[in-house]
Order: sequence, then structure tokens, then C-alpha cells
Amino acid sequence: MRFPNWSDCSEKKRTPSDPSGIRSAFPKNALSGVVNHMANILAFAEQRDGQLGSAAREVVSVAAQLAESTGGAAHAVVLGGPGISSVAAGLSAYGAAAISVGEHDALADYNPESWVGPIVDQIRSGDYAAVVFAATTLGKDLAPRVAAHLDVPLASDVTDVELSGGTVKVTRPVFSGKAFANLEIDATPALVSIRPNVFQATEQDAAGEVSTFSPDIDVSALRVRVVERKSAAEGSVDVSEASVIVSGGRGMKDPENWGLLEGLREALGSDAALGASRAVVDAGWRPHGEQVGQTGKTVAPKLYIAVGISGAVQHLAGMRTAQTIVAINRDGDAPIFGVADYGIVGDLFDVVPRLTEEIGALKAGD
Amino acid sequence: MNVTVCIKRVPDTEARIRVDGSGAGIDKTGIKYDLSPYDAFALEAALQLKEATGEGEVTLLTLGDSSSQETLRKGLAMGADRALLLTGEVTLDGLATAKTLAAELEGTEDGLFLFGVKAADDDQQQVGPMVAALTGRPCVSGVSSFEVNGSTATCHREVEGGSEVVEVDTPAVLCMTKGPNEPRLAALKGIMAAKKKPLEEKPAAENASRVRLASMSEPPARATGRIVGEGVDAVPELVRLLREEANAI
Repeated sequence: MRFPNWSDCSEKKRTPSDPSGIRSAFPKNALSGVVNHMANILAFAEQRDGQLGSAAREVVSVAAQLAESTGGAAHAVVLGGPGISSVAAGLSAYGAAAISVGEHDALADYNPESWVGPIVDQIRSGDYAAVVFAATTLGKDLAPRVAAHLDVPLASDVTDVELSGGTVKVTRPVFSGKAFANLEIDATPALVSIRPNVFQATEQDAAGEVSTFSPDIDVSALRVRVVERKSAAEGSVDVSEASVIVSGGRGMKDPENWGLLEGLREALGSDAALGASRAVVDAGWRPHGEQVGQTGKTVAPKLYIAVGISGAVQHLAGMRTAQTIVAINRDGDAPIFGVADYGIVGDLFDVVPRLTEEIGALKAGD
Repeated sequence: MNVTVCIKRVPDTEARIRVDGSGAGIDKTGIKYDLSPYDAFALEAALQLKEATGEGEVTLLTLGDSSSQETLRKGLAMGADRALLLTGEVTLDGLATAKTLAAELEGTEDGLFLFGVKAADDDQQQVGPMVAALTGRPCVSGVSSFEVNGSTATCHREVEGGSEVVEVDTPAVLCMTKGPNEPRLAALKGIMAAKKKPLEEKPAAENASRVRLASMSEPPARATGRIVGEGVDAVPELVRLLREEANAI
């Protein structure tokens, strides 16, 4: 195997058109993967619309946990528009000993071209053993770019991470969850992105000292420009982040019938989302954003209710890590019952309205 | 506009995955391989662009062993013009893969470099943006469709809680996800034509992996579930179990 000297290669490619201006700072050598005692851990906590969500709390909690094993501290970095620091201060409740906040008009909304530079600088400024991202749409876009700029590998979408014997070890699903790979990262800092909803956000007070910085961003040099943002319907939760998912398949018979599932979703509460099988997405009944499974989203909600879904292997791979799975299907031999904790064999058009009614009544009594 | 589509040969998504005797790999017995589905979306987008504009060449690029020839031939049969196979080992270190591809793509003057948003085997979702960073090109990921207008591409992408329209200067790297267009099947004519299209093979400039695969495991079997009952009469018991036993509602 040959080992080309990559940094030399990148030096020659350095271009003024790169607005982040960070290519010039490629590390000359790959660093070893052995972690210093007392090393700190950095969490990249993402904000959306000026708010920190569960993804931000989860990355900070994981960083705090990893810091316990090094004897170091968990730090957090947040990027956002002016005023985001007051929101970011809340991360101390999840164990962030220091919170670094980059504020700039151009950071209010995500743009990879303006966000990569400040994150890379932040990582370089500390002697971090590991950096934790969330494997959200934003994190999956940002983390690989950061990894390339730092010349360190990235373990994406991990479901377990630990620091032992000075090495960062992760478990991550492969083949859409049909198997798990246990990996050891041989570089420092080790970059990981954690799968949303898998790690517990744990409250633990820390010093949480907030410091702000204002990165230099030349907006006119950005080669990627967001020209339009459309929000989904008011109050709807994305399937990849929901703690409860009501998912429909071919058994629903007609897109007109989705009102049934919408009713059940509403009864289950504000953190419930609609999901869909590939068959109904391919048929154009539902948008691709709702598709669960291979070529769709992999989800890990607290409760997954599969309605009229037979359970193709690709679908099962995408939802089998849900804590509790309920299946409602006419066909008692459908593969979905093989992964379901609770099943009802029957006509969904009878069962779902009754279920909606019962859950509604239960919730009303809470 | 010339377009390079980076693809990967992966186990068919129908495949049952089992860990092999070594405990650190999968049992390849009986597994069929195919073009990764997201890469098929990327290739379809490239072919549609070529057909709409009536110009430009579509080049396929992959890193893999010689069996990837079959997958490249499939892409050629779908309509790509030429293919390059970099023979080498693909590891779980996406950055090592990205460096190998970037070394090949640095000097390429294509207008677009398309990737599937992720490969259906490793699910890392990282090689495309890494190649973009390494080659100094802008990148948009999670693109469901795009239009090219002069020196920019307008990309539609799905994000949590909505969608975005993003404009990017070309040359650019786009990482494609499922979009409005189903990837075409190769017709017999395409399959015959593909046999004559150039398929080059050369050793990859390999980069050492810094991610060590210690072991693999199969997902823990879910505890055996139960059929609560049949029809609407089973609903009250289901709701009781969800509340009292599963603590799920």
C-alpha cells in the first residue's frame, strides 16, 4: 500500500476562491490516535431557528460522559445569529463546562461555506480528544467537511461511543441496521456523529462559562446560497426526530385515507410524526421525507406504530431500533409482526379509529 | 456540461446480512451485488441533464475490486459514456476513500461531480462532502433534484422540518438522494452498447485507513412480540399494554 503525502497535494490546490480560507492550514502529519490524559471533549451543538433542540442536548451529554473517562471537561460550540449566546448558556445544564459561541448574521441559518471555518478553528484551538456532532441533516452535511479540513476520519451516525485505553471506540449500524460495526478510531481528535434519539440527554450542572467570538465571514464569497426555505406544516415534527411515529403502508389503500393516521398522530401528542413505507412513497401517495427504511430514513423513536405495512426487509432495517413497535395488519403472517412487540391482526379501518379514540381518552385523563 | 458520477458496488438492499466466521466481516455467500440505490439516483440525474441539454459526457468513477466492473457496465448500459475503476481496498475510513477519489478528480474539469448521498453498505454519508472539501469545490448534500443555469446549479433539498432551494456555483459536488425520477432500467440496446464503451482500470492511489474494524455483530433479536388480539376488540388491551407495560404513551 502506498501512502501519498496528501498535504503536499492540497497545498498546491489552495485557491483564493475557497472562502473558508482554511485549506492552507491542513495538518502536515496524521496525528496518532492516543488520547492525552485530561483531554477535553468538544460538542458541536446545533441550533435551528435560534433554538437548541434535543440534538444539542444529546451531543453535550455524550461529550460530558466521554470527558469523565479522560478526566477532562466537556466544551460546547454553538454557531448562530446575534443573541444566540443567551440560548447557548442553557447547555451548562447538560454538563458543558465552557460554551463557545460564534455570532454573526451569516450564521443565523446553516450554510456549509460559512459554518465550516469557525468550527475547524474552534477544534484547532483546543487539544480535544474527540468532537461530537449530531447525525442530523445539518450534522451529516457539516461533519465530513470538518473532518476533511482537519485530516481526521469521521465515524458517522454512531449508536455507542466510549473512550477506553486512550482510544475512541464506536458502534455504528451498517447495511441500514442489518448489522453493527465496532470501530476504533486511530486519529486525534476522533470525530463522531451520534444518531439522534439514541443517547440520553442527561441533566448535570457544570460551570458553563460562555464566551462569544465573531468569525470573519465574507458573505459575497459564499459559493453556496440558500435562496428559499420552506417550513413543513406548522407544528409538524420530522420523522427522523420524532419520539412517536405513525407509519402507513399499502394497506392504507388510498392517499385519501391518511386522515386516519393524522388523527392518531394528533392523539399521540406534539412530538409524533407521520412515516411511510417505500411502496406508498414510490406510488406518490406520500413525500419522500416521510419514508422510513433503506433509501429513506432510519429512525429510533420511543414508539413506532406500523399501519398496513407488511414489513419488507428494507423497511424493518430502518425502524427495528425503535423501543416499542406496534403493528396493525390484516395479514397475521406479515413479516412486520416478527419485529413488533404488540400486534393487532385486523382491519386497520376499524382498529385505527378506535385506537385514536382510546389514546385520546387516556391522554385527556392525564 | 460533463458530469462525473461516483458510484459504489454494494450488496443488494434485499440481501440478508450475516456476520462471517471471522467476526469482522460479512458472509458473502449468496449475496447479490448491485449499484448502490442512491448512486442510481445520481446517475439518473446526470443522464437526464445530458438528455435535456443534448451535450456533455457522463463518466463513472469507482474504487473497488475488479468485480466492480460489472456494476460499471450496468451504469454504462443505463447510458453513461465511460467508466474508470480504481482498483483498491475500500475501508470504513471514508476520508481515505475520499482522498483516493479526490486525487483522481482534482484535475478533472467537469462541471458537476455527483455522488449518492450515502452508500447502502456503510451508510457513512460522508465521502461526497469530503471530496468536495479536499478538491476545493462547493458542495450541496441531500439533493433530490437540480437544474443547471449557466455557471450555477439550483438544488432542491429536504431538511428536517421543511425543504430548501440552494444555489451553488459550478463546478460543484452534489450528493443526491431519492428524487422525483426513478432510475431507468438498462434496455437490451444499452446493454449491447455498453460492451463497446471505454472502461478503464488502474490501481488506486490508496490511503491508509485510520478506522479499525474491530468486530461486527448482528442486531440483537427483538424480544418475541405478541399478537394482542384480533380486530377492534383488541384495542383497549393494546392501549393498556402501551401505557402500563411498555410505558410508551
